[in-house]
Amino acid sequence: MSEALHVHHDTAVGHDVHHDDHGHHHQSFISKYIFSMDHKTIGKQFLITGIVWAIIGGLFSVLFRLQLGFPGQSFPILETFFGHWAKGGTIQPEFYYALVTMHGTVLVFFVLTAGLSGTFSNFLIPLQIGARDMASPLMNMLSYWFFFMASIIMISSLFIQTGPASGGWTMYPPLSALGQASDGSKLGADLWLISMALFIVSQLLAGLNYISTILNMRTKGMSMTRMPLTIWALFFTAVLGVLSFPVLLSGAVLLLFDRNLGTSFFLSDIVVNGQILPNEGGSAILFQHLFWFLGHPEVYIILLPAMGMCSEVLSVNSRKPIFGYMAMLGSMFAIAILAFLVWAHHMFVTGLNPFLGSVFVLLTLLIAVPSAIKVFNWLTTLWRGNIRFTPAMLFAIGFVSLFISGGLTGIFLGNSTIDIHLHDTMFVIAHFHIVMGVASMFGMFAGIYHWFPKMFGRYLNNTLAYFHFWVTIIGAYLIFWPMHYEGLAGMPRRYLDKSIWVSFNQFGSLDQMITIVTVIVFAVQLMFVFNFFYSIFKGRKVTSTNPWGATTLEWTTPILPGHGNWTGEIPEVHRWPYDYGKDGREFIPQTEPIGANESKH
Amino acid sequence: MQTFFIVAILALGFLVTFQIAKASEYVAVLRGEEKTRKQTNKINAFMLLAFLVFGLIGVFYCNATLKGKILGEAASDHGKNIDMMLYITLALTGVVFFITQIALFWFSFKYQEKENRKAFYFPHNNKLELIWTVIPAITLTILVGFGIFYWFKITGEAPKDAMVVEVTGSQFKWEFRYPGKDNILGKKYFKQISDANNNPLGQIWDDPANHDDIYVAGEPLHLIVNKPVKMVIGAKDVIHDVGLVHFRMKMDAVPGMPTTMWFTPTKTSKQMKEETNNPNFVYEISCDQMCGKGHWSMRGEIVVETQAEYDAWMATKKPKYWAAFPDKDPSAKQPAAAPVADTTKPEPVAMLAK
Repeated sequence: MSEALHVHHDTAVGHDVHHDDHGHHHQSFISKYIFSMDHKTIGKQFLITGIVWAIIGGLFSVLFRLQLGFPGQSFPILETFFGHWAKGGTIQPEFYYALVTMHGTVLVFFVLTAGLSGTFSNFLIPLQIGARDMASPLMNMLSYWFFFMASIIMISSLFIQTGPASGGWTMYPPLSALGQASDGSKLGADLWLISMALFIVSQLLAGLNYISTILNMRTKGMSMTRMPLTIWALFFTAVLGVLSFPVLLSGAVLLLFDRNLGTSFFLSDIVVNGQILPNEGGSAILFQHLFWFLGHPEVYIILLPAMGMCSEVLSVNSRKPIFGYMAMLGSMFAIAILAFLVWAHHMFVTGLNPFLGSVFVLLTLLIAVPSAIKVFNWLTTLWRGNIRFTPAMLFAIGFVSLFISGGLTGIFLGNSTIDIHLHDTMFVIAHFHIVMGVASMFGMFAGIYHWFPKMFGRYLNNTLAYFHFWVTIIGAYLIFWPMHYEGLAGMPRRYLDKSIWVSFNQFGSLDQMITIVTVIVFAVQLMFVFNFFYSIFKGRKVTSTNPWGATTLEWTTPILPGHGNWTGEIPEVHRWPYDYGKDGREFIPQTEPIGANESKH
Repeated sequence: MQTFFIVAILALGFLVTFQIAKASEYVAVLRGEEKTRKQTNKINAFMLLAFLVFGLIGVFYCNATLKGKILGEAASDHGKNIDMMLYITLALTGVVFFITQIALFWFSFKYQEKENRKAFYFPHNNKLELIWTVIPAITLTILVGFGIFYWFKITGEAPKDAMVVEVTGSQFKWEFRYPGKDNILGKKYFKQISDANNNPLGQIWDDPANHDDIYVAGEPLHLIVNKPVKMVIGAKDVIHDVGLVHFRMKMDAVPGMPTTMWFTPTKTSKQMKEETNNPNFVYEISCDQMCGKGHWSMRGEIVVETQAEYDAWMATKKPKYWAAFPDKDPSAKQPAAAPVADTTKPEPVAMLAK
């Protein structure tokens, strides 16, 4: 083992020399900032693209919330911007469904997958394991540019005559396969599928790179169990992505065939608008299996990086080791395995064999055990700490709160009996927005506030940061907590106007409140974006290499590390990353050798 | 104009907040960053505690305001089981919710940074970890046990004496078919579907089971109180979903793959009007699976009534077969028309052969 590590160390030194050679060359703007192969720059590219997407996706939600809160009311400004999509200032049904579809697609894939794990895997993996760069910087660069192309194609679909895809972010055929059934299923759906295919290529390039970097390029002494939990989380995320994204790719390609080449993978027995289609023998449900085989691991692809980063932030700012490192690791492993075995819980009411359904109930509720372990371990990490409430820490605490709230409602939905009633109602919206959407966003904010000094050598403005946190957490609960009640009343999701319904029209004032809060929360997110960009250039400067007093390797680099990260040799690691408060010392960096009479953990 | 003011106010608020934020940063630097940080720490710790207290009050307030707006007692036997399961889950998760949230915010407040406090080095404890692995596992076993018990009850075979009714979804309407006296739904083939030929569901007229099937559309579906009903569900174009909130039932309608669900309505529409104090009460069928631009308005109605009322309603209905072949209708019958019928009859067979 030690020999193997030694070899790694040697290659790393070789790398080092190579970079010193290049250090003297003047890098052009293009190779430094655009087609960069530096993992840190690529991470920032993912982050900034993710932020742009988050603004677009968030704005979509504000628009459709306007319709939900004030159905039938005219907002002339909408017509100015969106023309016939908002005729007379009211959002047309086609537009509404395009908005919800794009909101889901953009947030799930482009923001919380690429923007979250793309940013922090790139930025943190080499810095925290002690590597000069990724295993393949070229593949890393390509992964960003495939993502960029996917983004361009998705954006272009917003501007075509028939509009973007509008069959929901899950794109269930036959609706998404038949242009006759919906305007969004014309050119928009093809563009959606092509964009997703490119996106998947990007994710595979990135994921393989993350895995090989973590397995092969750790610095001397950095055994797998000395890695920070962030790295473990990003590792499991990458494994999940590599194993599940290809399944979605097959689904997307088959759907493209059904749409354009006359195949019948997902189509059978269809009469649409009085027109009898020739397709027979396909299965619309097959697509759902392919989709959710990715779709369920996908929620953990989104959530795991947030869990990892929050574990790190909670430990650093409690000035205490993370409680139960091995249990945290084991539960992430269990989550990663179970993530592949629960997909059909999205399909309890599709006519699934009831026995199969019961197996999925068992496996689904099983996931609650590792999730509970993680929550209890986070709570114990806080217990008897000496807590510093940095903005990152507040977002990490908020993450735990949201993860508890949203995780518990998952126990309702994972139980097929209750799911019969709650399936596809607003309860589902409330559940996954809290546990996957907002919680992961909180993880991302925690990560940004914590590592911004490392990224840009400056701090974000604290007052704005605290303001951002408090408005966002209060707003998130105000928006999504009461929404559970709409779901308990059986109100289906994706209903843009409830006035014709006797059973669902009793929540008018609640919907107005939710919409108003949404607008406020969105405005505060814009303020965060402003803070982000302003602070890159004008923020308070970081003066010490280790501003949070953390033990991990990224804080042993210079304040603004160049390509190659460490100026001299890569430091050697002697201990696990959570020696906080040990033997009366504030913290002991990973690089410090174990003392002669140091206590063991 | 209103929009302009809103935008202006937002922009102004933005500017003011930013200026305050910038100023406070300068003040922090002037006063000593460490001192300011400690003060902010105290404020945020207090805010977390306040958030917990107001949050819990909010949870109760929200419940008090909204619980009257969710559904009353379920109107089907399965619905009662589902509600029971919901309450069991709510009770167990509720306990966990309060314990963990209170612990989270209370610990945050209590263990805020203090001058003389040392963090307790506590990296792991096998006993604790075992406890909170085993307890959730037991709790979840209980939930899985109850859940699967009810699930098999609900999704099991329909009773033999259940009435059968077919529900077909298409953009954006519901159509119904009763099996008639023989209690058998006749065979269908989607290429037979033709509104012009009076065959909206694609019934194969060759199958004699189709001859007495009753087609109902554009009016409520009628069901009999306390009599189990088995729904055979299908779709013509895209996936829909038959959502019956008051019965707590739901099942997708998938083109090319018939699905079924059964339940027993336990309250007539009249009873529900009285119980809910709402003279306009109707049982509604909602579409719960995104199906296109009219998804939100894909509404159907159900009337639950006594056997006698149902029989009287059913007596007014005629099989669709008679509409497709008017000469087969015994009420509009002269014996002279019979030969004509013979020549028309082979036609659908020929179509089928193609």
